[in-house]
Amino acid sequence: MKEKNYHQEISDIRNLMNRSSRFISLSGLAGIMAGVYALIGAAFAYVFLFQNQSSYINASTRSADFRFVLIDLALVAFLSIATAIIISLRKARKNDEKIWDQTTRRLLLNFLIPLATGGIYILIKLGQEHYGLSAALMLIFYGLALVNASKYTLGSIRYLGYAEIIAGIICAIFPGYGLWFWAFGFGILHIIYGSLMYVNEQKSA
Amino acid sequence: MSLLENINKLFDHRVRLGIMSILMVNENVNFKRLKELLEVTDGNLASHIKALEKANYLSVQKSFIDRKPNTQYAATRLGKKEFQKHIDALEEIIKRKN
Repeated sequence: MKEKNYHQEISDIRNLMNRSSRFISLSGLAGIMAGVYALIGAAFAYVFLFQNQSSYINASTRSADFRFVLIDLALVAFLSIATAIIISLRKARKNDEKIWDQTTRRLLLNFLIPLATGGIYILIKLGQEHYGLSAALMLIFYGLALVNASKYTLGSIRYLGYAEIIAGIICAIFPGYGLWFWAFGFGILHIIYGSLMYVNEQKSA
Repeated sequence: MSLLENINKLFDHRVRLGIMSILMVNENVNFKRLKELLEVTDGNLASHIKALEKANYLSVQKSFIDRKPNTQYAATRLGKKEFQKHIDALEEIIKRKN
């Protein structure tokens, strides 16, 4: 039998397995940006809701506050998703990979199932004026979505998921500090994880 | 050379090795997707699939989507077992060399 490069063969196998089953165009930069948007969003919420406590809670100010928070949240989510899509598209183009294929669809589906479940649940609770635990639930369901999606993308995202779940559970123990935990989970954790990922990308590039 | 006993001749080709690698981690894959991932011509891919099918390493399922033929491929239990043996053998060889 001729001498062959078995190392090459093994690395070809690994490469194909990853490329055919995992979405690899995620970038740490998208995580950092999502964290920054979340911190800005949390700062807005803090200034608008907690600084002018003069307007003591009644039904009408409450529904106005409620609308403000929902718009704030939607903006943070929209900007984060848009940034992630743009950065992923650019990265995929640079590496000459197709972006909308089976691995992408599988990743999105598995990410969205826990996330949409949690999102709908939280909206129902909010509609019934149960405002408590919203931040904790967001963190927990988002963490579960990340853990679930990690099978279909870079494995390390699982640890970000664990961290979000833990943050959510601790948040549930301390009612009244939801905004702070939310800012930590969606802001600080994203920035930390995104930076670690970004450093790794630069190293391997 | 007992080490090379488990090296499977059938997997000793880039395309066939590639097909099996993909089928190990995906339940079903269609022809188009295999072609995309492996960057080979239709005829080339078809002949390698045929060889693996003959050995009972993969199963073929033909169906139609919008009247267009859609053929799905999946690794059989035998195929997965043989491929695992092949990978183990490769790793063993690398280990002994070092």
